[in-house]
Amino acid sequence: MELFNFSKKESRLYMAFMHVTFISLLVGGLMGLLQTLVRSGKYTLPFNIDYYTILTTHGVVLGLVLTTFFIVGFQFSLMGKTVGISGKQLKWGWISFWVMLVGTVLSAWMILTGEASVLYTFYTPLRAHPVFYIGLAMVIIGSWIAAFVNFRQLYVWKKAHKGEKSPLLAFMVVINMIMWVVASLGVAYSVVVLILPWSLGYVATVNVLLTRTLFWYFGHPLVYFWLLPAYMAWYAIIPKIIGGKLFSDSLARLAFILLLMFSIPVGFHHQLTEPGIDPTWKFIQVVLTFMVVIPSLMTAFSLFATFEITGRKKGYTSLFGWFKKLPWKDVRFLAPFVGMAAFIPGGAGGIINASHQVNSLVHNTIWITGHFHLTVATTVILTFFGIAYWLIPHLTGRRLTPRLNKLGIIQTFIWAIGMTIMSTSMHIQGLIGGPRRSAFSEYAGGDQVSTWISYQLSQAVGGTILFIGILLMFYIFIQLAFFAPRGYEEYPIAEEEPDAEKTPKILENWYLWIGITIALILFAYTIPMIDIIKHSPPGSIPFDWPIGRS
Amino acid sequence: MHLHKYEKVWLVFGLGSLVLFLLIIGFAAFWKGTHPQSHIETIDPQNVEANESFQPENLGLTEVADGKYVVNMVASAFNYDFGKEDDGTATKTIRVPKGSTVLFQITSKDVVHGFQVAGTNVNMMVEPGHISRFEAVMKNSGEFTVVCNEYCGIGHHLMFGTVEVY
Repeated sequence: MELFNFSKKESRLYMAFMHVTFISLLVGGLMGLLQTLVRSGKYTLPFNIDYYTILTTHGVVLGLVLTTFFIVGFQFSLMGKTVGISGKQLKWGWISFWVMLVGTVLSAWMILTGEASVLYTFYTPLRAHPVFYIGLAMVIIGSWIAAFVNFRQLYVWKKAHKGEKSPLLAFMVVINMIMWVVASLGVAYSVVVLILPWSLGYVATVNVLLTRTLFWYFGHPLVYFWLLPAYMAWYAIIPKIIGGKLFSDSLARLAFILLLMFSIPVGFHHQLTEPGIDPTWKFIQVVLTFMVVIPSLMTAFSLFATFEITGRKKGYTSLFGWFKKLPWKDVRFLAPFVGMAAFIPGGAGGIINASHQVNSLVHNTIWITGHFHLTVATTVILTFFGIAYWLIPHLTGRRLTPRLNKLGIIQTFIWAIGMTIMSTSMHIQGLIGGPRRSAFSEYAGGDQVSTWISYQLSQAVGGTILFIGILLMFYIFIQLAFFAPRGYEEYPIAEEEPDAEKTPKILENWYLWIGITIALILFAYTIPMIDIIKHSPPGSIPFDWPIGRS
Repeated sequence: MHLHKYEKVWLVFGLGSLVLFLLIIGFAAFWKGTHPQSHIETIDPQNVEANESFQPENLGLTEVADGKYVVNMVASAFNYDFGKEDDGTATKTIRVPKGSTVLFQITSKDVVHGFQVAGTNVNMMVEPGHISRFEAVMKNSGEFTVVCNEYCGIGHHLMFGTVEVY
């Protein structure tokens, strides 16, 4: 396999995305810590800062800014490594970076001045300052520019390599970006066409249910947009780190295609308890939601198969001997592995959340918060950290020293412990009825509420441990970016077995897979959308005062 | 495409459990009728009184048959309007006997709210322009806190009520 080496100019682009990522981690993490402290009831925010301002900051900075910047930067590097980047594409890469960054700053400015405490899902008819929506639209548009650069990169490579199979990682990046563009069309339409004119006062009312439905059309694929880069590392990078080969090129491609098809038409499972959607269509989308179980099972199988095959090749023959011999002391492996382990309870919780009726027990309780702190904030983020340990020194021409490796291992343990405490207590508190997205409150002060508060105290303990983990990770990042000794760190990409079976050509038939995806979306959304628009109530006027805007 | 033999077993097992699981929730939904709340019934959020259920004098608890109750409520930032007591003060607690069937009906005058009777299955989104309904049998006695579990503004955590089952 031919790999491209990065020029200084290229590395600088990819590193720019990493700098924003880790600054976001620090800022967003601090907001998370403050939230758990406020909810413990023992701490009040200074300077009249509102709880919901920091809640909005935490959600937007970590859920949208950190993830998007890391993913776009990481994916650019994957494309640069496998298919190369031209000077012109590099320039467009920088344009995407600046558009996203300016958008982020605009939105952050509005959030921090209390003009946009509308959390992460916008919550019309609460009305934020128009600049907040403009900023968010820019983040999305910037990421589209990146997506089209990626598409172009693969196209140019294909033209130069007629008849050859595209590199696996480039294929995966393109799948993820197709999904992202198709999904974010929904939220872009909602923000630009429905919310922005209403927020500016050009339109009197907004259709609340329509904006929510368009948001969740995007909101669920969004979580797969976070997950797929982690899957890329699991499928095609971890095998190399543990000294093995790719398990199956075709299986990995098939899993990604299935994720593309089944991640988009499932937004209703976030809206199961809403009054304005037909229950039959909710059920149909529940069924489609569960189809992602198939590629998930394929992924689990192929990962453990790689672990076992690699171990056995090294000569460990007993039933589980291979497991002991995995490189546990290599943080590039350990951090993603802990992430994979967290995905087992995380995925099981997801099945509960999406289950038609069972959902009503946990809907909007803090159980949900516990769920995505396992899946996104552990599985995805620990894999991202695992990538950072080799990607950043590779880009800066430095080395992951044994000392930094050790600190990384400590960091992984701190994360695992903090998240176990915080997420477990969130799950339990949710089951007994504790709501999410709420500041500290004793409500009516009954027996029920006092049991919630004890779990909120343990969340503060977990949150504090996690913040220590964030500080340590930030320190490691600074070391890898600026101070680690000069040297060479490998960019680990696994190769196929020499006798691997040929990948079927059909897996690269983009017209077919994008066509099926669009057909599924039309099937799942056309009739309910007509319903929502036909049976729409009188629209909602904007409300400023409930979020503290005068 | 080649699939490993163990992988086929693994996928058949996984898909089999998935099909069984979906059949169970489908059976519960379509044969037993336990869908989550969805009524697609609209209302003007700026004039909820136009609907009889949400006129001020009809808010709160009404016994419609032996052991059957209806509770009409209007949510607004940051309060649940459960109607008035005989002395004119705002009702804060809904009291029903154990074992009764209660139909909760609620709508919002302003922004999106939640209505969850913590510790029971009663959990609904309340959106301006729509009526939310959920019928539940109150099997256990006790005091249950009603919480708004959908963000509605800076007073979100101050929005609550009580359901007492005696």
